[in-house]
Formats: sequence, structure tokens, C-alpha cells
Amino acid sequence: MKHTISLLVENEYGMLSRVSGLFSARGYQIDTLNVAPTLEEGVSRMTLTTHGNDHVIEQILRQTLKLVKVIQVTDMTANPHVEREMVMVTVSARRGEERQEVLSLVKIFRARVVDVSEDALILELTGNAEKVEAFINLLRPIGIQDIVRTGPVAMTRVAAVRALQQLEDEEEFSELTLNEKV
Amino acid sequence: MKMRGARILLEALRCEGVNHIFGYPGGAVLHIYDEMIKHAESLGIKHYLVRHEQAALFGAAGYSQATGKTGVALVTSGPGGTNAVTGIANAFMDSLPMVVFTGQVPTNLIGNDAFQEADLTGITRSCVKHNYLVKKVEDLAPTIKEAFFVASTGRPGPVLVDLPKDMTAQEIEFSYPETIEMRSYKPQTQGNPKAVRRAVEAMLEAERPVLYIGGGAIHGGAHEEVRRLAERLNLPTTCTLMGLGAFPASHPLSLGMLGMHGGYWTNMAVNNCDLLISIGARFDDRVTGKLSEFAKGARFIHVDIDPSCINKNVPCDFPIVGDSKVVVQQMLDEIEQMVGQGANITPRQGWHDQIAAWREQHPFWCNPDGEIIKPQNVIKELHRLTGGKAVVSTDVGQHQMWTAQLYGFDHPRNWLNSGGLGAMGYGFPAAIGAAVARPNDLVVAVVGDGGFQMSCNELATIKQYNIPVKILVINNGYLGMVRQWQEQFYEHRYSHSNIEVAPDFLKLAGAYDVPAVRATKASEVSAVLEKALNTPGPMLIEMQVAREENVFPIVPAGAALKDMILA
Repeated sequence: MKHTISLLVENEYGMLSRVSGLFSARGYQIDTLNVAPTLEEGVSRMTLTTHGNDHVIEQILRQTLKLVKVIQVTDMTANPHVEREMVMVTVSARRGEERQEVLSLVKIFRARVVDVSEDALILELTGNAEKVEAFINLLRPIGIQDIVRTGPVAMTRVAAVRALQQLEDEEEFSELTLNEKV
Repeated sequence: MKMRGARILLEALRCEGVNHIFGYPGGAVLHIYDEMIKHAESLGIKHYLVRHEQAALFGAAGYSQATGKTGVALVTSGPGGTNAVTGIANAFMDSLPMVVFTGQVPTNLIGNDAFQEADLTGITRSCVKHNYLVKKVEDLAPTIKEAFFVASTGRPGPVLVDLPKDMTAQEIEFSYPETIEMRSYKPQTQGNPKAVRRAVEAMLEAERPVLYIGGGAIHGGAHEEVRRLAERLNLPTTCTLMGLGAFPASHPLSLGMLGMHGGYWTNMAVNNCDLLISIGARFDDRVTGKLSEFAKGARFIHVDIDPSCINKNVPCDFPIVGDSKVVVQQMLDEIEQMVGQGANITPRQGWHDQIAAWREQHPFWCNPDGEIIKPQNVIKELHRLTGGKAVVSTDVGQHQMWTAQLYGFDHPRNWLNSGGLGAMGYGFPAAIGAAVARPNDLVVAVVGDGGFQMSCNELATIKQYNIPVKILVINNGYLGMVRQWQEQFYEHRYSHSNIEVAPDFLKLAGAYDVPAVRATKASEVSAVLEKALNTPGPMLIEMQVAREENVFPIVPAGAALKDMILA
């Protein structure tokens, strides 16, 4: 099953290599990977998607948390969350019907045109995985010349965060709580 | 006071209470060695020059296994570091606290394919607990502080600190951080009280419990607590290869080692138990055999300081993350509380009787064969002559298994070996490390002829520092364990396992001016061994043993524990 995992890490030399090295050493898959600084000094957030059965996912979560410079690990898929990914597509858009078709898809999906030329357009779209996939699939028969995706980033829904916090406060520290290092 | 990085390193080691380091110089670490000859003695640091970087790492490992202190090794860049990788991987697999300093080319040359450059942080990333590359001399002291903290806390492990040469040359005011706190690393030592209570309830209920003790109990210093727990609840207790000595072998509750070469009665007990209480062990494949058949029907309590070990191999009913010593004490307190509230502790005599019956059916065995020396008897004789109290280091192979089976260790930290990695060449340099750490104890390296030849150049090291290690070479002219597998599973096809072409070990030792003796007949073993053990100073003792002996029982790879081959 596909899982989106969010890591808070110390932004130090070799950090990306450590995480990707861990995955490759243990035979886990990284399908997408995204990393950028957070507001806190020296801390970056890494969001990746992977897949595997429950046991594999549990091991991935535990092993990444074990890395000395990983501060926090969250399995986003386990809780209500908002997920967004950005994609840019260079699509064939010759004057006439083809361009019209492309532009109507842009309108329907609320995408944006960020580059125009004689016979091609670059489109930009942000949305969840389903929306992005659908967009790409509809553009495919028209003629995709180039494509770049960021992979998802995610944030737990605020109500869920509150609920989780209350759960943790009520019950004593759970063996399997992986969201926080004690 | 302003000083160059090389000196800061030594001052930092002094602040960390380091007294012994094992190393080998080279271009990238020349500044460090220069400061060493100037200041090490006044800082209370003694450096032991080995003859191969691998021995420096194995020496630091043996030092660590024998004391629990953090081993320290120093090697140069490039080939020095790559030679050290085996030792680093060994420390990683056996969770040994170790800090390894490697030289590196100057920062402006990194990434340039410079002379003796190797990306050591990249190469070792998958076999260290953590590693650092120092790129600013201001970071040097805090990095060393952090390195020692990470290496020795939580689940211990090797930490590598890569030191570019210009970092050791630049000068800065020295100040060593007094405290340390890391937002990303906070090992948990206290077990969850609810989890402890549930586990103790299960332990009181169990009819056929087994206590399974691993290396983690030794790292945690939990042997006293473990013994009290076993005695309080009448628990038959088994130790893994890395846990030997955590529970006294001579104790009536001791089952000895379990797993691939464990005793018949031990594996039967584990396989037929209804509750397996694991303290500081990781359910390694050498212990479990075929996972789907391992202790079927039993519930598992798993106490481990590393949360990633829990539920990794076997599904766990009662997970408890915490330090072994702390958690077992919590268990003992909980037991007393429950007993105070009326709980009963049953003696479970039927279970003990069953285990005793199994032991009688198939004890360890070895058939005498006239004057041919049996390696098993050499180990038994070693145990008898040393009162079971020597510090024993082994290499890897059959002799390692026989020592684990037959040399009963009653105390922790007297047993040194390469368990997880199984690196040949370990036995002799590790014994050197132990002898450096414990100069008043008898240290014996039991090695095979194969493993010994991987590190025999360290004879020069023991000669240089007059380190009184006794090297007991079990010489059968084969890579014994490989030959055994080729006999049992490859229809006697001995492919490249015959190493009878070897030096005369007495002459080899003599070439290093190390005294040596030999026994070739069974009737000579006792006298030769006794005399050698009682002669002060380093000595090599060669036992020319039966060429083809097998370790029994053996659980074939991938088979279930109950499918042990007994003869």
C-alpha cells in the first residue's frame, strides 16, 4: 500500500544521503522525495512516498526514526491529512482544435499556463495525487513533450492533530507512538 | 588556550576519559601523531601501534567488549579508512560503543580524487551508528563530544569522525562542551509501566517460560538483575552467542546457548515454551532458524532499547522499549508488588524436569580417538585450568562455537567474539585490546589456523608492548566450519577449504621472538596448556587437532530449530 511519510531532520551534511541510503540498504522503495527547510533553524522537512505491506511500513518508520539526525517521523497516511503535489507539463498545443482542447482542460482543472509558444504550452497544476494523475492522463493523448513532478507534500488536518495530541496526553506513552521521540 | 586541531583532538579524548587508543599513522594524520608524541603521555593517553588498521579496530572492539568503555581507533585517510571498514561493520553488528577517527585530505581537495582520498563518510554510512565530517575547526570539539555521546548511549554503536588534514592544522581556542543535548536523539531508558505490568502478569501466568538473554543485557550491565529475575520466577535461562556470561553458565537454571549450534535441550525448551522473555536480544536468524516454526504457540515479551528491533523478525505480544538494567529492575519491583497483592510464583517443577530429561537425552558429546587431539577437549581443558575465569576471545568458526558451547562463562565481559559480522581475524587483536584494558587478568585468544593467519602480523604488536596474551591456535589445517558445511550440505566437496599449506606456527612466533609451544598428542594437552598458561608473558600454544570434526548440534540454514542434526 502507498504511504506518505514525513520526516523532520537536522539539516546537516549528508542527511539526504543517509535517508536514501537507509532505504536502499534495506531494500525499501522511495517513489517520490521532497525536501526543504522549515521555519526552525537547521531543521528540514523531508516528505517521501513509499509502498509496502504493514510490516514493511512499520519497519521503515522505525528505522528512519532510529537515524541519529532524524527528529520526528510521521506516517501521514495513517491520519486525515491534506496532500498536494505540483506538476509542470509541456504539452503539444498547435493552433486550432488542439490548443482549444488543452485550454479547456486547463480551465476544468484550474491549472495555469506558464509558457506559450507557437505549438506548445507549459501548464502548471497543483492538487492531490488523484487530480494530478487525471490531468496527466487526459493530456497524454494530446501529446506530452515533457513532464516534471514534485511528489506529494502533506500536512495533517488540524482537527486530527488536536485529537492525536489529546490521545497522547490521556494515555501514557505508547510503545508504538512514532510521532515524537521522548 | 589556542591550539591546533590535532591537539584539540587529544585534549578532547582526555576530557572523555580515554586512556588507550589503537592506531596506525599516515599522511593525513601526521599532525595528530606529532601532537601525540608531544602531549599524549601528559594527557594520560597511551597509543598502541598495530600492524594493520583492521587490528586497530578489532583491538578497540575487544577493549570495548572487555570493559564496556568506548573503544577508540585512529587511522589515516584512503586505504587506512578502507582497511578499517571491516572493524567498523563488526562494531555496528555487535552494537559496540566505539569512536573511530579517520584522516581525510584537506577540505579544498575533497572530491578531487586526491592522493589517499576516500569518501569514508559515504562508504561507512550504512555500517555506523552515525558519522561526521569536520569542515570547520570550530566544530571539532563539539563534534567529538557528540560522537562519544552517540556512540555510548542508547543502543551503542561505532561513530566515525572524518578529519581533513587542514582541520588538524588550524588553530583555535580550545573549549570542551560540558553538557550535551540533541533534539534529534533521545534514547528511552524507562520502560512504559503499563507494558511492564502486562509482561509481568504474563510471566506469572506462564507454565513453560524461558528467559532469553542477548548482548543487550551485557551492554546494559543487567546481569545482576537478570539473575535475580530468573531466580525469583524459576525461569530456565538461555543466552545468545553475544549474551554469554550475562547469566552464569554454572547456575542450575542455565540452559546454555540456543540457536544454530545451541544445545538440544535448549532449543527444545525454546521450541516448546509458552512464553519467551527476551531481554536485549534481537531474534537473529542464527537463533530462530525458520521463523514460521520458531517457538510456535508461545507469546513473546521483547525488552529492547532499540524500538526498530521490536516486531522486526517475530510479532511481539509484549513490547517494552527501554534499557535492559532499568526495565528488569522495573519487572522485579512489579513482581514484588503483585506478590504483595496475593500473586503466586509457581516452581514449575514439571517444566524443569522435562528440560533436564532433554539434556540427559542429548548432551554435548565428543568421542575420544586415542592420541588424536579433539578440539572440544582442548576447550574443556582450558576451562578447567583457568577455573572458567579467563578472558577468552575467539576468532570465527568451529572453535568459536565449541568455546561458546563448552567454556562456561559465569561473568559478563569475559567473552569476546565477532558475532553479528563473524569476521575472521578478530580473535587475536581483540584479545590484545582486552589485555590492554585488563592487564591483571589472564587473556586467552582461541583462534583457528585460518583466522589466525589473517592477523598473525600482530605478533609484532604484542612483542612491542609485551602484552601477555596467550594465543591458543586450534590447528586442523582446514577452514573448519566451511569444510563442515561442504561435508554436510555439498556432499563432501571441499572446495578451497584446505589450508594445510601454512607456516610452522612455532617458527612464525619465533620469527617475532614470541615464545611458542605445541602439542600433537592428546596426552600432552594438559601439561602443555597448563605450563603455557602459567608462564608469564605472551605465548603461542599450538594444538594440532583432529582434521575433520563437526560442531553438533547444527540447525541447517533455513530449517526449524526442532530439525537439529545431532550427530
